[in-house]
Amino acid sequence: MNALISSTRAELLRLRKWPAMWVMVGVWLVLNLTFGYLFTYITYTTGDATAGGESVPPEQLLADMMPAAVPESLIAGMPMFGGAIMLILGGLAVGSGYGWGAWKTVFTQGPGRLSSFGGTLVALGVIVSGAVVATFAVDLGVSVLIASVESQPIVWPTAVGSAQAIGAGLLIFGMWTAAGVLVGTLARSPALAVGLGLVWALVVENLLRGVAGMLGPVEAVTDLMPGTAAGSLAGALGVATQDDGNGTPGVLTVLGAAPAGGLLAAYVVVFAGIALAFVRRRDVI
Amino acid sequence: MTNTIVVTDALTKRYGERLAVDEVSLSVRRGEVYGFLGPNGAGKTTTLRMLLGLVRPTSGTARVFGHRAGHPRVVARVGALVEGPGFYPYLCGRDNLRVMARYRGLAFAEVETALDRVDLRERGADSYRSYSMGMKQRLGVAAALLGDPELLVLDEPTNGLDPAGMADMRRLVVDLAAQGQTVLLSSHLLSEVQEICDRVGVISAGKLLTESTVAELRGSSSLVVRATPADVALATAMGVAGDDAVRLLDDGRLRLDIDPQQAPALTRALVGAGAAVHEIRPAERSLEEAFFAMTSADNSASTTEEVQT
Repeated sequence: MNALISSTRAELLRLRKWPAMWVMVGVWLVLNLTFGYLFTYITYTTGDATAGGESVPPEQLLADMMPAAVPESLIAGMPMFGGAIMLILGGLAVGSGYGWGAWKTVFTQGPGRLSSFGGTLVALGVIVSGAVVATFAVDLGVSVLIASVESQPIVWPTAVGSAQAIGAGLLIFGMWTAAGVLVGTLARSPALAVGLGLVWALVVENLLRGVAGMLGPVEAVTDLMPGTAAGSLAGALGVATQDDGNGTPGVLTVLGAAPAGGLLAAYVVVFAGIALAFVRRRDVI
Repeated sequence: MTNTIVVTDALTKRYGERLAVDEVSLSVRRGEVYGFLGPNGAGKTTTLRMLLGLVRPTSGTARVFGHRAGHPRVVARVGALVEGPGFYPYLCGRDNLRVMARYRGLAFAEVETALDRVDLRERGADSYRSYSMGMKQRLGVAAALLGDPELLVLDEPTNGLDPAGMADMRRLVVDLAAQGQTVLLSSHLLSEVQEICDRVGVISAGKLLTESTVAELRGSSSLVVRATPADVALATAMGVAGDDAVRLLDDGRLRLDIDPQQAPALTRALVGAGAAVHEIRPAERSLEEAFFAMTSADNSASTTEEVQT
């Protein structure tokens, strides 16, 4: 346990001072604000209905930007955009160490490989949790600002709704980060890991879902894929899907909240477990 | 047994068809500087990686401090620099060591001590990326020194260093040994091993050819004499050293396989026989000669070509 704590503190130190980590979390926050609030607000104020979809009435646009809608805004972009960024974070955090030779140095420090690598996983968990909570706080602040500017009454999101959204955010981001860690470990190279991971998350899953409509057996598989689980959890918590007109790509309604959440948790455990097993067994060269 | 802290028994590593390390059995004793000597690609680094638990042996065993190599309890007592330094390029030298200090559960004060020992304290705040190759190498050694480990494993520690840096590194190793730390260092530089090591293990093409002290490896010393006339000198030398112990060298000198302490007695005998003595000096076989003799006897010349002096 001491070894795990030492390793976690070491990893937090090097990740905290890693500019790429701040860039990735920053990009996520900017994307979240841009797609969640900025474009919606421009559409609302200019009254240009074509930009956000013809079917969306202005009252709906305004309601989407109010504090009460923060839980949905928080997780809307996570299944696809946010997830892709977290996959890059996980892939780089682990894969780069092989290119730099840093794992070799780390594994000769004393804590066993499981503790050392476990420290990386815990540290990434801390960063991902921080990112989710920070996103919630920023969204809440911006929505209160918009409500004040538009002279709307401030209705806070419910505690249950907020907790569910934060929990869902942790599961979605956690799953994609763990996926990044796994490909980073398998590839032992940041470039290959991130490249393959993104092709899977952004292209392959969508193509398979397209094929699934025509082929029943494929559908059984695509319904259980990581991206499907992430998108379904967001969809089950009330985020509009792309079919609704102003919804977000990646948000789905394939699975209910409980199976989607359970599947995501299982993916986190399986991805991290496989990565740990490889790190423990494999020669460090 | 307690004085032997590293023991390998028929340690072997096979990568596919290639036998990288072939049944190496070596031992390192407490407090000594052990030189692991061999040409590039001889299997030095792979052996060291197995001693540190980074690589699993295909067969055979490696035990350090009585435990299986790579056991966390062992690794905590060993400081290592293997196959070049590996650090986070975006962190400064000091932060890189602080990360490793945290892994070891050490206070940050230890980092300053380690930086001091390799003369990097003033450049500690610069990013690792900006370091010269020699500075990176020194930071790698500093990381190995963190927490004063009982055993230091240094793989080619003078790689990338300029002559002054190499001298500093040798002095550091000698200082560490004087403090009682055991040092296992690998090198392809014979001169380096000759100067600072107590014992050496010679490896070539994955096989440990010999393990002995530097003096033993060089063999017994001898005397070289130039005296005229040659026939008188040869007869007198044979009279002193015995017929089999005298060789006539190409340049007319004589080489006598006797203790150099006998130089005065030999000189008196030569002068007494009427010979003029122009030169008499002790000659030691250099480690390099010994090494070449050993590797060329055991292998084709291709493995020895890479050895530099």
